[in-house]
Amino acid sequence: MTGRLFEPGFFTNGAVHTALLVGAVVAVISACVGIFTVIRSQAFAGESLGDLGTTGGSASYLLGVSDPVWGFAIAALIGAGLIELLGVRRRPDRDLATGIVLGAGLGLAALFLYLDTTSSSTTGVSITILFGSLFVFNTATLPALIALGAVALALVAVSYRMLLLSSISPELAAARGIPVRLVGAAYLIALALAVALAAVTIGAVLSTALLIGPPATALRLTKRPGLAMLTAAAIGVLTTWLGILLAYDSYYWPPVQHGWPVSFLIVAAIFAFYLLAQLPALRRQTDRRTPVAATTNP
Amino acid sequence: MSTAIAPAPDTIPGEPMLVVDGVEVRLSGREILHDVSFAIGAGEFTGLIGSNGAGKTTLLRVILGLQQPSSGSVLIDGRPRGRRNAVIGYVPQKVLIDPDMPLRARDLVALGLDGERPGIPLPSRRRRALVEEMLSAVDATGFADARVGNLSGGEQQRVLIAHALISRPTLLLLDEPLANLDIRSEQEVVELIARIAHEQKLAVLISAHDMNPLLQVMDRIVYLAAGRAASGTVGEVVRSDVLSSLYGSHVDVLHVHDRIVVVAGQATGIDDGTAARHENLDFVRLS
Repeated sequence: MTGRLFEPGFFTNGAVHTALLVGAVVAVISACVGIFTVIRSQAFAGESLGDLGTTGGSASYLLGVSDPVWGFAIAALIGAGLIELLGVRRRPDRDLATGIVLGAGLGLAALFLYLDTTSSSTTGVSITILFGSLFVFNTATLPALIALGAVALALVAVSYRMLLLSSISPELAAARGIPVRLVGAAYLIALALAVALAAVTIGAVLSTALLIGPPATALRLTKRPGLAMLTAAAIGVLTTWLGILLAYDSYYWPPVQHGWPVSFLIVAAIFAFYLLAQLPALRRQTDRRTPVAATTNP
Repeated sequence: MSTAIAPAPDTIPGEPMLVVDGVEVRLSGREILHDVSFAIGAGEFTGLIGSNGAGKTTLLRVILGLQQPSSGSVLIDGRPRGRRNAVIGYVPQKVLIDPDMPLRARDLVALGLDGERPGIPLPSRRRRALVEEMLSAVDATGFADARVGNLSGGEQQRVLIAHALISRPTLLLLDEPLANLDIRSEQEVVELIARIAHEQKLAVLISAHDMNPLLQVMDRIVYLAAGRAASGTVGEVVRSDVLSSLYGSHVDVLHVHDRIVVVAGQATGIDDGTAARHENLDFVRLS
Protein backbone atom coordinates (compact mmCIF):
# COMPACT_ATOMS: atom_id res chain seq x y z
CA MET A 1 0.00 0.00 0.00
CA THR A 2 1.49 3.30 -1.11
CA GLY A 3 -1.31 5.51 0.25
CA ARG A 4 -1.29 7.81 -2.77
CA LEU A 5 -4.54 9.14 -4.31
CA PHE A 6 -3.54 8.01 -7.79
CA GLU A 7 -1.71 4.71 -7.46
CA PRO A 8 0.99 4.01 -10.11
CA GLY A 9 -0.31 3.17 -13.55
CA PHE A 10 -3.79 4.70 -13.12
CA PHE A 11 -3.34 7.10 -16.05
CA THR A 12 -1.61 4.61 -18.35
CA ASN A 13 -3.75 1.53 -17.83
CA GLY A 14 -5.91 0.72 -20.89
CA ALA A 15 -8.63 -0.97 -18.86
CA VAL A 16 -8.85 2.15 -16.67
CA HIS A 17 -9.20 4.40 -19.73
CA THR A 18 -12.04 2.27 -21.06
CA ALA A 19 -13.70 2.19 -17.64
CA LEU A 20 -13.48 5.99 -17.29
CA LEU A 21 -14.93 6.54 -20.78
CA VAL A 22 -17.71 3.96 -20.53
CA GLY A 23 -18.50 5.01 -16.97
CA ALA A 24 -18.85 8.66 -17.99
CA VAL A 25 -21.08 7.86 -20.99
CA VAL A 26 -23.37 5.67 -18.92
CA ALA A 27 -23.45 8.15 -16.03
CA VAL A 28 -24.50 11.04 -18.30
CA ILE A 29 -27.25 8.99 -19.98
CA SER A 30 -28.53 7.66 -16.63
CA ALA A 31 -28.61 11.18 -15.15
CA CYS A 32 -30.43 12.84 -18.06
CA VAL A 33 -33.05 10.09 -18.18
CA GLY A 34 -33.11 9.65 -14.40
CA ILE A 35 -34.15 13.26 -13.66
CA PHE A 36 -37.54 12.47 -15.17
CA THR A 37 -37.67 9.07 -13.44
CA VAL A 38 -37.46 10.91 -10.11
CA ILE A 39 -39.86 13.70 -11.12
CA ARG A 40 -42.41 11.21 -12.46
CA SER A 41 -41.97 8.82 -9.47
CA GLN A 42 -41.10 5.95 -11.80
CA ALA A 43 -38.23 4.53 -9.75
CA PHE A 44 -40.00 1.17 -9.55
CA ALA A 45 -40.28 0.99 -13.35
CA GLY A 46 -36.58 1.88 -13.64
CA GLU A 47 -35.54 -0.81 -11.15
CA SER A 48 -37.77 -3.35 -12.88
CA LEU A 49 -36.44 -2.61 -16.36
CA GLY A 50 -32.88 -3.01 -15.06
CA ASP A 51 -33.78 -6.35 -13.54
CA LEU A 52 -35.51 -7.40 -16.76
CA GLY A 53 -32.28 -6.57 -18.57
CA THR A 54 -30.78 -9.42 -16.56
CA THR A 55 -33.12 -11.81 -18.36
CA GLY A 56 -31.76 -10.72 -21.72
CA GLY A 57 -28.17 -10.56 -20.48
CA SER A 58 -28.26 -14.08 -19.10
CA ALA A 59 -30.04 -15.36 -22.21
CA SER A 60 -27.38 -13.88 -24.50
CA TYR A 61 -24.59 -15.61 -22.51
CA LEU A 62 -26.55 -18.84 -22.82
CA LEU A 63 -26.83 -18.36 -26.60
CA GLY A 64 -23.13 -17.59 -26.81
CA VAL A 65 -23.64 -14.02 -28.05
CA SER A 66 -20.39 -12.19 -27.32
CA ASP A 67 -22.09 -8.80 -26.96
CA PRO A 68 -24.52 -8.89 -24.01
CA VAL A 69 -25.52 -5.20 -24.45
CA TRP A 70 -28.09 -6.17 -27.10
CA GLY A 71 -29.53 -8.85 -24.82
CA PHE A 72 -29.90 -6.33 -21.99
CA ALA A 73 -31.40 -3.65 -24.26
CA ILE A 74 -33.84 -5.91 -26.09
CA ALA A 75 -35.13 -7.51 -22.88
CA ALA A 76 -35.58 -4.09 -21.25
CA LEU A 77 -37.41 -2.76 -24.34
CA ILE A 78 -39.74 -5.78 -24.40
CA GLY A 79 -40.35 -5.22 -20.69
CA ALA A 80 -41.16 -1.55 -21.34
CA GLY A 81 -43.59 -2.54 -24.10
CA LEU A 82 -45.36 -5.05 -21.86
CA ILE A 83 -45.60 -2.54 -18.99
CA GLU A 84 -47.09 0.06 -21.35
CA LEU A 85 -49.53 -2.49 -22.80
CA LEU A 86 -50.69 -3.91 -19.46
CA GLY A 87 -50.67 -0.69 -17.47
CA VAL A 88 -53.26 1.96 -18.15
CA ARG A 89 -52.62 5.60 -17.37
CA ARG A 90 -53.56 5.34 -13.71
CA ARG A 91 -50.51 4.93 -11.53
CA PRO A 92 -51.69 2.11 -9.19
CA ASP A 93 -52.46 -0.08 -12.20
CA ARG A 94 -49.12 0.81 -13.75
CA ASP A 95 -47.21 -0.36 -10.68
CA LEU A 96 -49.21 -3.58 -10.70
CA ALA A 97 -48.43 -4.14 -14.39
CA THR A 98 -44.74 -3.40 -13.74
CA GLY A 99 -44.70 -5.89 -10.86
CA ILE A 100 -46.31 -8.65 -12.92
CA VAL A 101 -43.92 -8.16 -15.86
CA LEU A 102 -40.98 -7.98 -13.43
CA GLY A 103 -41.99 -11.23 -11.72
CA ALA A 104 -42.30 -13.12 -14.99
CA GLY A 105 -38.98 -11.72 -16.28
CA LEU A 106 -37.07 -12.55 -13.11
CA GLY A 107 -38.39 -16.11 -13.24
CA LEU A 108 -36.82 -16.49 -16.68
CA ALA A 109 -33.63 -14.77 -15.49
CA ALA A 110 -33.35 -17.29 -12.63
CA LEU A 111 -33.63 -20.13 -15.15
CA PHE A 112 -31.07 -18.62 -17.56
CA LEU A 113 -28.59 -17.80 -14.79
CA TYR A 114 -28.91 -21.37 -13.49
CA LEU A 115 -28.26 -22.73 -16.97
CA ASP A 116 -25.36 -20.27 -17.50
CA THR A 117 -23.77 -21.42 -14.26
CA THR A 118 -24.26 -25.15 -14.87
CA SER A 119 -23.10 -25.04 -18.50
CA SER A 120 -19.96 -22.99 -17.82
CA SER A 121 -19.42 -24.55 -14.39
CA THR A 122 -18.52 -21.16 -12.95
CA THR A 123 -20.44 -18.49 -11.07
CA GLY A 124 -18.41 -15.73 -12.80
CA VAL A 125 -21.05 -15.06 -15.44
CA SER A 126 -23.82 -14.56 -12.89
CA ILE A 127 -21.67 -12.19 -10.87
CA THR A 128 -20.81 -10.19 -14.01
CA ILE A 129 -24.46 -9.92 -15.08
CA LEU A 130 -25.78 -8.98 -11.66
CA PHE A 131 -22.94 -6.78 -10.42
CA GLY A 132 -21.23 -5.45 -13.53
CA SER A 133 -17.88 -5.42 -15.22
CA LEU A 134 -16.48 -1.94 -15.82
CA PHE A 135 -12.85 -3.16 -15.74
CA VAL A 136 -13.41 -6.13 -18.03
CA PHE A 137 -15.59 -4.16 -20.44
CA ASN A 138 -15.27 -5.41 -24.01
CA THR A 139 -14.28 -2.36 -26.14
CA ALA A 140 -15.99 -3.93 -29.18
CA THR A 141 -19.27 -3.20 -27.38
CA LEU A 142 -18.52 0.53 -27.19
CA PRO A 143 -20.14 1.59 -30.54
CA ALA A 144 -23.40 -0.20 -29.69
CA LEU A 145 -23.36 1.32 -26.21
CA ILE A 146 -22.89 4.85 -27.54
CA ALA A 147 -25.50 4.38 -30.29
CA LEU A 148 -28.17 3.10 -27.87
CA GLY A 149 -27.28 5.87 -25.43
CA ALA A 150 -27.64 8.47 -28.18
CA VAL A 151 -31.14 7.17 -28.94
CA ALA A 152 -32.12 7.50 -25.27
CA LEU A 153 -30.71 11.05 -25.05
CA ALA A 154 -32.38 12.06 -28.33
CA LEU A 155 -35.78 10.83 -27.07
CA VAL A 156 -35.43 12.90 -23.88
CA ALA A 157 -34.13 15.96 -25.76
CA VAL A 158 -36.92 15.94 -28.35
CA SER A 159 -39.71 15.43 -25.82
CA TYR A 160 -38.08 17.57 -23.07
CA ARG A 161 -40.74 20.31 -22.71
CA MET A 162 -43.67 17.97 -23.38
CA LEU A 163 -42.30 15.50 -20.85
CA LEU A 164 -41.82 18.24 -18.27
CA LEU A 165 -45.35 19.58 -18.73
CA SER A 166 -46.86 16.06 -18.70
CA SER A 167 -44.99 15.37 -15.46
CA ILE A 168 -46.30 18.58 -13.87
CA SER A 169 -49.92 17.99 -14.87
CA PRO A 170 -51.14 15.49 -17.49
CA GLU A 171 -54.37 17.50 -17.68
CA LEU A 172 -52.54 20.74 -18.48
CA ALA A 173 -50.37 18.96 -21.07
CA ALA A 174 -53.34 17.29 -22.77
CA ALA A 175 -55.18 20.63 -22.98
CA ARG A 176 -52.23 22.06 -24.94
CA GLY A 177 -52.51 19.24 -27.46
CA ILE A 178 -49.55 17.25 -26.11
CA PRO A 179 -50.02 13.50 -26.76
CA VAL A 180 -49.45 12.57 -23.10
CA ARG A 181 -49.65 8.79 -23.59
CA LEU A 182 -47.22 8.84 -26.54
CA VAL A 183 -44.76 11.06 -24.66
CA GLY A 184 -44.94 8.63 -21.70
CA ALA A 185 -44.28 5.66 -23.99
CA ALA A 186 -41.31 7.40 -25.63
CA TYR A 187 -39.93 8.12 -22.18
CA LEU A 188 -40.33 4.47 -21.15
CA ILE A 189 -38.19 3.49 -24.18
CA ALA A 190 -35.48 5.98 -23.14
CA LEU A 191 -35.68 4.60 -19.59
CA ALA A 192 -35.36 1.00 -20.81
CA LEU A 193 -32.26 1.88 -22.87
CA ALA A 194 -30.64 3.88 -20.07
CA VAL A 195 -31.03 1.16 -17.45
CA ALA A 196 -29.95 -1.54 -19.92
CA LEU A 197 -26.68 0.34 -20.51
CA ALA A 198 -26.18 0.91 -16.79
CA ALA A 199 -26.94 -2.78 -16.17
CA VAL A 200 -24.28 -3.90 -18.67
CA THR A 201 -21.65 -1.73 -17.06
CA ILE A 202 -22.26 -1.53 -13.31
CA GLY A 203 -24.64 -4.47 -13.06
CA ALA A 204 -28.38 -5.01 -13.20
CA VAL A 205 -28.80 -4.90 -9.43
CA LEU A 206 -26.94 -1.60 -9.05
CA SER A 207 -28.18 0.22 -12.18
CA THR A 208 -30.98 1.92 -10.24
CA ALA A 209 -28.44 3.63 -7.99
CA LEU A 210 -26.91 5.39 -11.00
CA LEU A 211 -30.37 6.20 -12.41
CA ILE A 212 -31.91 7.60 -9.22
CA GLY A 213 -29.00 8.66 -7.00
CA PRO A 214 -27.39 11.56 -8.90
CA PRO A 215 -30.77 13.06 -10.01
CA ALA A 216 -32.18 12.82 -6.48
CA THR A 217 -29.05 14.59 -5.22
CA ALA A 218 -29.32 17.25 -7.95
CA LEU A 219 -32.96 18.02 -7.04
CA ARG A 220 -31.72 19.02 -3.58
CA LEU A 221 -29.11 21.36 -5.01
CA THR A 222 -30.96 23.26 -7.74
CA LYS A 223 -34.48 24.42 -8.47
CA ARG A 224 -34.24 24.71 -12.26
CA PRO A 225 -35.13 21.73 -14.48
CA GLY A 226 -32.33 22.14 -17.04
CA LEU A 227 -29.72 22.87 -14.40
CA ALA A 228 -30.90 19.84 -12.39
CA MET A 229 -30.17 17.67 -15.42
CA LEU A 230 -26.65 19.10 -15.87
CA THR A 231 -25.93 18.84 -12.12
CA ALA A 232 -27.10 15.22 -12.08
CA ALA A 233 -24.85 14.41 -15.05
CA ALA A 234 -21.86 16.04 -13.33
CA ILE A 235 -22.53 14.18 -10.06
CA GLY A 236 -22.98 10.92 -11.99
CA VAL A 237 -19.65 11.27 -13.81
CA LEU A 238 -17.85 12.41 -10.66
CA THR A 239 -19.10 9.54 -8.48
CA THR A 240 -18.44 6.98 -11.23
CA TRP A 241 -14.86 8.19 -11.69
CA LEU A 242 -14.36 8.31 -7.93
CA GLY A 243 -15.56 4.70 -7.72
CA ILE A 244 -13.19 3.64 -10.50
CA LEU A 245 -10.25 5.45 -8.84
CA LEU A 246 -11.00 3.85 -5.47
CA ALA A 247 -11.39 0.43 -7.08
CA TYR A 248 -8.01 0.82 -8.77
CA ASP A 249 -6.40 1.97 -5.53
CA SER A 250 -8.10 -0.84 -3.60
CA TYR A 251 -5.69 -3.40 -5.08
CA TYR A 252 -3.25 -1.95 -2.56
CA TRP A 253 -5.74 -2.00 0.31
CA PRO A 254 -5.86 -4.48 3.17
CA PRO A 255 -7.02 -7.03 4.02
CA VAL A 256 -6.84 -9.12 0.85
CA GLN A 257 -4.86 -6.91 -1.58
CA HIS A 258 -7.24 -8.28 -4.18
CA GLY A 259 -9.27 -5.24 -5.15
CA TRP A 260 -12.75 -4.20 -4.14
CA PRO A 261 -15.68 -4.45 -6.61
CA VAL A 262 -15.88 -1.22 -8.65
CA SER A 263 -19.71 -1.23 -8.77
CA PHE A 264 -19.88 -1.29 -4.97
CA LEU A 265 -17.51 1.68 -4.72
CA ILE A 266 -19.48 3.69 -7.32
CA VAL A 267 -22.76 3.08 -5.49
CA ALA A 268 -21.10 3.96 -2.18
CA ALA A 269 -19.88 7.26 -3.67
CA ILE A 270 -23.37 8.03 -5.05
CA PHE A 271 -24.94 7.34 -1.66
CA ALA A 272 -22.35 9.49 0.14
CA PHE A 273 -23.08 12.42 -2.23
CA TYR A 274 -26.81 12.00 -1.64
CA LEU A 275 -26.36 12.08 2.15
CA LEU A 276 -24.15 15.18 1.89
CA ALA A 277 -26.82 16.97 -0.16
CA GLN A 278 -29.42 16.08 2.49
CA LEU A 279 -27.48 17.71 5.31
CA PRO A 280 -28.70 21.34 4.89
CA ALA A 281 -32.33 20.20 4.72
CA LEU A 282 -31.89 17.95 7.75
CA ARG A 283 -30.41 20.80 9.78
CA ARG A 284 -33.32 23.06 8.80
CA GLN A 285 -35.77 20.41 9.97
CA THR A 286 -34.15 19.93 13.36
CA ASP A 287 -33.99 23.70 13.83
CA ARG A 288 -37.68 23.93 13.17
CA ARG A 289 -38.56 20.97 15.33
CA THR A 290 -36.78 22.01 18.51
CA PRO A 291 -39.07 24.85 19.67
CA VAL A 292 -42.18 22.82 18.79
CA ALA A 293 -40.99 19.95 20.98
CA ALA A 294 -40.41 22.39 23.82
CA THR A 295 -43.96 23.75 23.77
CA THR A 296 -45.75 20.43 23.37
CA ASN A 297 -43.77 18.89 26.21
CA PRO A 298 -43.75 21.43 29.04
CA MET B 1 -86.67 22.80 -19.53
CA SER B 2 -83.07 22.13 -20.38
CA THR B 3 -82.09 25.58 -21.51
CA ALA B 4 -84.32 27.73 -19.44
CA ILE B 5 -83.11 30.97 -20.88
CA ALA B 6 -81.53 31.05 -24.30
CA PRO B 7 -79.22 34.03 -24.61
CA ALA B 8 -80.49 36.47 -27.21
CA PRO B 9 -77.66 37.29 -29.62
CA ASP B 10 -77.91 41.01 -28.98
CA THR B 11 -77.14 40.58 -25.27
CA ILE B 12 -73.59 39.51 -26.12
CA PRO B 13 -71.20 42.42 -26.53
CA GLY B 14 -68.99 41.85 -29.54
CA GLU B 15 -68.52 38.59 -31.41
CA PRO B 16 -69.26 35.39 -29.51
CA MET B 17 -65.89 33.92 -28.56
CA LEU B 18 -67.35 30.61 -27.48
CA VAL B 19 -70.57 28.99 -28.63
CA VAL B 20 -71.68 25.76 -26.99
CA ASP B 21 -74.65 24.36 -28.88
CA GLY B 22 -76.77 21.41 -27.74
CA VAL B 23 -73.88 19.53 -26.15
CA GLU B 24 -74.73 16.12 -24.73
CA VAL B 25 -72.26 13.80 -23.02
CA ARG B 26 -73.00 10.20 -22.09
CA LEU B 27 -70.35 8.20 -20.26
CA SER B 28 -70.95 4.45 -19.93
CA GLY B 29 -74.69 4.92 -20.33
CA ARG B 30 -74.96 7.72 -17.77
CA GLU B 31 -75.97 11.14 -19.01
CA ILE B 32 -73.47 13.72 -17.72
CA LEU B 33 -74.58 16.71 -19.81
CA HIS B 34 -77.99 17.18 -21.40
CA ASP B 35 -78.51 19.65 -24.25
CA VAL B 36 -76.23 22.35 -22.86
CA SER B 37 -76.21 25.58 -24.89
CA PHE B 38 -74.75 28.99 -24.18
CA ALA B 39 -72.47 31.59 -25.70
CA ILE B 40 -69.75 33.85 -24.33
CA GLY B 41 -68.77 37.15 -25.95
CA ALA B 42 -65.27 38.59 -26.19
CA GLY B 43 -64.26 40.28 -22.95
CA GLU B 44 -67.10 38.69 -21.00
CA PHE B 45 -66.64 37.20 -17.56
CA THR B 46 -68.86 34.14 -17.14
CA GLY B 47 -69.23 31.96 -14.07
CA LEU B 48 -69.94 28.25 -14.54
CA ILE B 49 -71.76 27.44 -11.33
CA GLY B 50 -72.86 24.06 -10.04
CA SER B 51 -72.29 21.62 -7.23
CA ASN B 52 -69.72 18.82 -7.34
CA GLY B 53 -70.80 16.28 -9.93
CA ALA B 54 -73.04 18.72 -11.83
CA GLY B 55 -70.83 18.31 -14.92
CA LYS B 56 -68.64 21.45 -14.77
CA THR B 57 -65.34 19.69 -15.40
CA THR B 58 -66.87 17.55 -18.15
CA LEU B 59 -68.18 20.66 -19.88
CA LEU B 60 -64.76 22.33 -19.69
CA ARG B 61 -63.18 19.15 -21.08
CA VAL B 62 -65.62 19.22 -24.01
CA ILE B 63 -64.67 22.83 -24.76
CA LEU B 64 -60.98 21.89 -24.60
CA GLY B 65 -61.52 18.93 -26.91
CA LEU B 66 -60.42 16.41 -24.29
CA GLN B 67 -63.91 14.90 -24.21
CA GLN B 68 -65.91 14.15 -27.34
CA PRO B 69 -69.61 15.10 -26.94
CA SER B 70 -72.21 12.48 -27.92
CA SER B 71 -73.93 15.25 -29.84
CA GLY B 72 -73.83 19.00 -30.18
CA SER B 73 -71.02 21.29 -31.18
CA VAL B 74 -68.51 23.79 -29.82
CA LEU B 75 -67.41 26.83 -31.81
CA ILE B 76 -64.41 28.85 -30.71
CA ASP B 77 -64.07 32.26 -32.28
CA GLY B 78 -66.54 31.15 -34.95
CA ARG B 79 -64.61 28.01 -35.93
CA PRO B 80 -64.90 24.37 -34.87
CA ARG B 81 -62.08 23.70 -32.45
CA GLY B 82 -58.83 22.42 -33.94
CA ARG B 83 -56.28 19.98 -32.65
CA ARG B 84 -54.34 22.61 -30.74
CA ASN B 85 -55.76 25.05 -28.26
CA ALA B 86 -53.75 28.08 -29.33
CA VAL B 87 -56.55 30.50 -28.46
CA ILE B 88 -57.61 28.80 -25.21
CA GLY B 89 -55.80 29.30 -21.92
CA TYR B 90 -56.60 26.65 -19.32
CA VAL B 91 -56.10 26.39 -15.56
CA PRO B 92 -56.96 22.85 -14.47
CA GLN B 93 -58.37 21.80 -11.11
CA LYS B 94 -56.01 20.60 -8.36
CA VAL B 95 -52.55 20.79 -9.86
CA LEU B 96 -50.41 19.10 -7.19
CA ILE B 97 -46.76 19.98 -7.61
CA ASP B 98 -44.23 18.19 -5.43
CA PRO B 99 -42.02 20.54 -3.35
CA ASP B 100 -39.00 18.62 -4.69
CA MET B 101 -39.92 19.41 -8.30
CA PRO B 102 -37.06 21.47 -9.77
CA LEU B 103 -39.35 24.10 -11.24
CA ARG B 104 -39.42 27.80 -10.45
CA ALA B 105 -42.52 29.90 -10.94
CA ARG B 106 -40.87 31.51 -13.95
CA ASP B 107 -40.10 28.10 -15.49
CA LEU B 108 -43.76 27.12 -15.33
CA VAL B 109 -44.80 30.44 -16.90
CA ALA B 110 -42.20 29.96 -19.67
CA LEU B 111 -43.67 26.51 -20.40
CA GLY B 112 -46.92 28.31 -21.18
CA LEU B 113 -45.16 29.98 -24.10
CA ASP B 114 -43.97 26.86 -25.93
CA GLY B 115 -44.50 23.80 -23.71
CA GLU B 116 -45.90 21.69 -26.55
CA ARG B 117 -42.91 22.18 -28.88
CA PRO B 118 -40.21 19.55 -29.37
CA GLY B 119 -36.63 20.17 -28.34
CA ILE B 120 -34.91 22.01 -25.52
CA PRO B 121 -35.75 25.72 -25.17
CA LEU B 122 -32.93 28.13 -25.85
CA PRO B 123 -32.74 31.14 -23.56
CA SER B 124 -33.58 34.35 -25.39
CA ARG B 125 -34.05 37.94 -24.31
CA ARG B 126 -37.53 38.10 -25.88
CA ARG B 127 -38.61 34.97 -24.00
CA ARG B 128 -37.29 36.28 -20.69
CA ALA B 129 -38.98 39.66 -21.21
CA LEU B 130 -42.34 38.03 -21.98
CA VAL B 131 -42.11 35.84 -18.85
CA GLU B 132 -41.12 38.84 -16.73
CA GLU B 133 -44.03 40.88 -18.07
CA MET B 134 -46.52 38.07 -17.40
CA LEU B 135 -45.16 37.49 -13.88
CA SER B 136 -45.66 41.15 -13.02
CA ALA B 137 -49.15 41.12 -14.58
CA VAL B 138 -50.22 38.51 -12.00
CA ASP B 139 -48.18 40.10 -9.17
CA ALA B 140 -45.87 37.09 -8.99
CA THR B 141 -42.53 38.87 -9.39
CA GLY B 142 -41.83 38.52 -5.67
CA PHE B 143 -41.78 34.72 -5.78
CA ALA B 144 -40.72 34.20 -9.40
CA ASP B 145 -37.59 32.31 -8.37
CA ALA B 146 -39.20 30.13 -5.71
CA ARG B 147 -40.00 26.47 -6.34
CA VAL B 148 -43.63 26.20 -7.47
CA GLY B 149 -44.17 23.30 -5.07
CA ASN B 150 -43.32 25.52 -2.11
CA LEU B 151 -45.82 28.28 -2.97
CA SER B 152 -49.15 28.77 -1.23
CA GLY B 153 -52.38 27.81 -2.99
CA GLY B 154 -53.13 31.40 -4.02
CA GLU B 155 -49.59 31.97 -5.31
CA GLN B 156 -49.72 28.74 -7.32
CA GLN B 157 -53.03 29.82 -8.86
CA ARG B 158 -51.48 33.10 -9.98
CA VAL B 159 -48.53 31.29 -11.56
CA LEU B 160 -50.89 28.87 -13.33
CA ILE B 161 -52.94 31.82 -14.60
CA ALA B 162 -49.76 33.42 -15.93
CA HIS B 163 -48.88 30.08 -17.57
CA ALA B 164 -52.30 30.04 -19.23
CA LEU B 165 -52.18 33.67 -20.37
CA ILE B 166 -48.64 34.05 -21.73
CA SER B 167 -49.59 32.57 -25.11
CA ARG B 168 -52.14 35.41 -25.46
CA PRO B 169 -55.32 33.36 -25.66
CA THR B 170 -58.69 34.99 -26.33
CA LEU B 171 -60.57 32.54 -24.13
CA LEU B 172 -59.55 31.57 -20.60
CA LEU B 173 -61.03 28.51 -18.88
CA LEU B 174 -60.48 28.00 -15.16
CA ASP B 175 -61.63 24.86 -13.33
CA GLU B 176 -62.45 25.60 -9.68
CA PRO B 177 -59.55 28.03 -9.20
CA LEU B 178 -60.99 29.16 -5.88
CA ALA B 179 -61.19 25.70 -4.29
CA ASN B 180 -58.90 25.32 -1.26
CA LEU B 181 -58.11 29.04 -1.10
CA ASP B 182 -58.59 31.10 2.03
CA ILE B 183 -61.05 34.00 1.73
CA ARG B 184 -58.36 36.63 1.16
CA SER B 185 -56.53 34.76 -1.63
CA GLU B 186 -59.94 33.88 -3.09
CA GLN B 187 -60.73 37.58 -3.38
CA GLU B 188 -57.27 38.39 -4.78
CA VAL B 189 -57.49 35.70 -7.46
CA VAL B 190 -61.00 36.82 -8.52
CA GLU B 191 -59.92 40.46 -8.77
CA LEU B 192 -56.80 39.50 -10.70
CA ILE B 193 -58.74 37.46 -13.27
CA ALA B 194 -61.37 40.19 -13.64
CA ARG B 195 -58.71 42.87 -14.12
CA ILE B 196 -56.77 40.92 -16.75
CA ALA B 197 -59.97 39.88 -18.53
CA HIS B 198 -60.96 43.54 -18.74
CA GLU B 199 -57.51 44.76 -19.83
CA GLN B 200 -57.01 42.12 -22.50
CA LYS B 201 -60.61 41.84 -23.73
CA LEU B 202 -60.44 38.20 -22.68
CA ALA B 203 -63.49 35.92 -22.54
CA VAL B 204 -63.40 34.07 -19.21
CA LEU B 205 -65.29 30.95 -18.18
CA ILE B 206 -64.61 30.12 -14.54
CA SER B 207 -66.15 27.18 -12.74
CA ALA B 208 -67.04 27.32 -9.05
CA HIS B 209 -69.42 25.59 -6.68
CA ASP B 210 -70.19 28.88 -4.92
CA MET B 211 -71.26 31.86 -7.02
CA ASN B 212 -70.84 34.44 -4.25
CA PRO B 213 -67.14 35.29 -4.64
CA LEU B 214 -67.85 35.99 -8.33
CA LEU B 215 -71.02 38.09 -7.97
CA GLN B 216 -69.22 41.44 -8.23
CA VAL B 217 -67.33 40.59 -11.42
CA MET B 218 -69.60 38.17 -13.28
CA ASP B 219 -71.22 39.47 -16.49
CA ARG B 220 -73.13 36.25 -17.07
CA ILE B 221 -73.75 32.96 -15.36
CA VAL B 222 -74.11 29.40 -16.65
CA TYR B 223 -75.84 27.42 -13.93
CA LEU B 224 -75.42 23.65 -14.14
CA ALA B 225 -77.58 21.22 -12.21
CA ALA B 226 -77.89 17.51 -12.92
CA GLY B 227 -76.29 17.98 -16.33
CA ARG B 228 -78.70 20.71 -17.46
CA ALA B 229 -77.78 24.34 -17.90
CA ALA B 230 -79.45 27.72 -17.64
CA SER B 231 -77.59 30.81 -18.76
CA GLY B 232 -78.04 34.54 -18.74
CA THR B 233 -77.32 37.35 -16.33
CA VAL B 234 -77.39 36.51 -12.62
CA GLY B 235 -80.73 38.29 -12.31
CA GLU B 236 -82.20 36.23 -15.15
CA VAL B 237 -80.96 32.83 -13.99
CA VAL B 238 -80.67 32.80 -10.22
CA ARG B 239 -84.41 32.91 -9.59
CA SER B 240 -86.60 30.46 -7.80
CA ASP B 241 -88.67 29.55 -10.89
CA VAL B 242 -85.69 29.06 -13.24
CA LEU B 243 -83.60 27.00 -10.80
CA SER B 244 -86.59 24.96 -9.65
CA SER B 245 -87.25 23.90 -13.22
CA LEU B 246 -83.54 23.14 -13.64
CA TYR B 247 -83.31 21.00 -10.51
CA GLY B 248 -86.72 19.44 -11.08
CA SER B 249 -87.65 20.27 -7.50
CA HIS B 250 -88.57 23.43 -5.67
CA VAL B 251 -85.68 25.63 -4.59
CA ASP B 252 -85.72 29.03 -2.96
CA VAL B 253 -83.28 31.78 -3.81
CA LEU B 254 -82.50 33.92 -0.80
CA HIS B 255 -80.64 37.20 -0.80
CA VAL B 256 -78.68 37.67 2.41
CA HIS B 257 -76.91 41.02 2.49
CA ASP B 258 -74.81 40.93 -0.70
CA ARG B 259 -74.88 37.18 -1.02
CA ILE B 260 -77.18 34.72 -2.71
CA VAL B 261 -78.07 31.39 -1.16
CA VAL B 262 -79.93 28.63 -2.96
CA VAL B 263 -81.92 26.46 -0.56
CA ALA B 264 -83.83 23.28 -1.29
CA GLY B 265 -87.49 23.70 -0.50
CA GLN B 266 -90.29 21.13 -0.48
CA ALA B 267 -89.46 18.43 -2.98
CA THR B 268 -92.03 18.46 -5.75
CA GLY B 269 -90.59 16.05 -8.27
CA ILE B 270 -87.25 14.42 -8.89
CA ASP B 271 -85.12 15.05 -5.87
CA ASP B 272 -81.66 16.10 -6.82
CA GLY B 273 -80.78 17.32 -3.40
CA THR B 274 -76.99 17.26 -3.72
CA ALA B 275 -76.60 20.73 -5.12
CA ALA B 276 -79.18 22.31 -2.87
CA ARG B 277 -77.80 20.62 0.22
CA HIS B 278 -74.39 21.90 -0.68
CA GLU B 279 -75.63 25.46 -0.91
CA ASN B 280 -77.29 24.86 2.45
CA LEU B 281 -73.91 24.14 3.94
CA ASP B 282 -72.71 27.38 2.48
CA PHE B 283 -75.61 29.08 4.20
CA VAL B 284 -74.57 27.58 7.52
CA ARG B 285 -71.04 28.85 6.99
CA LEU B 286 -72.43 32.33 6.40
CA SER B 287 -74.44 32.48 9.60
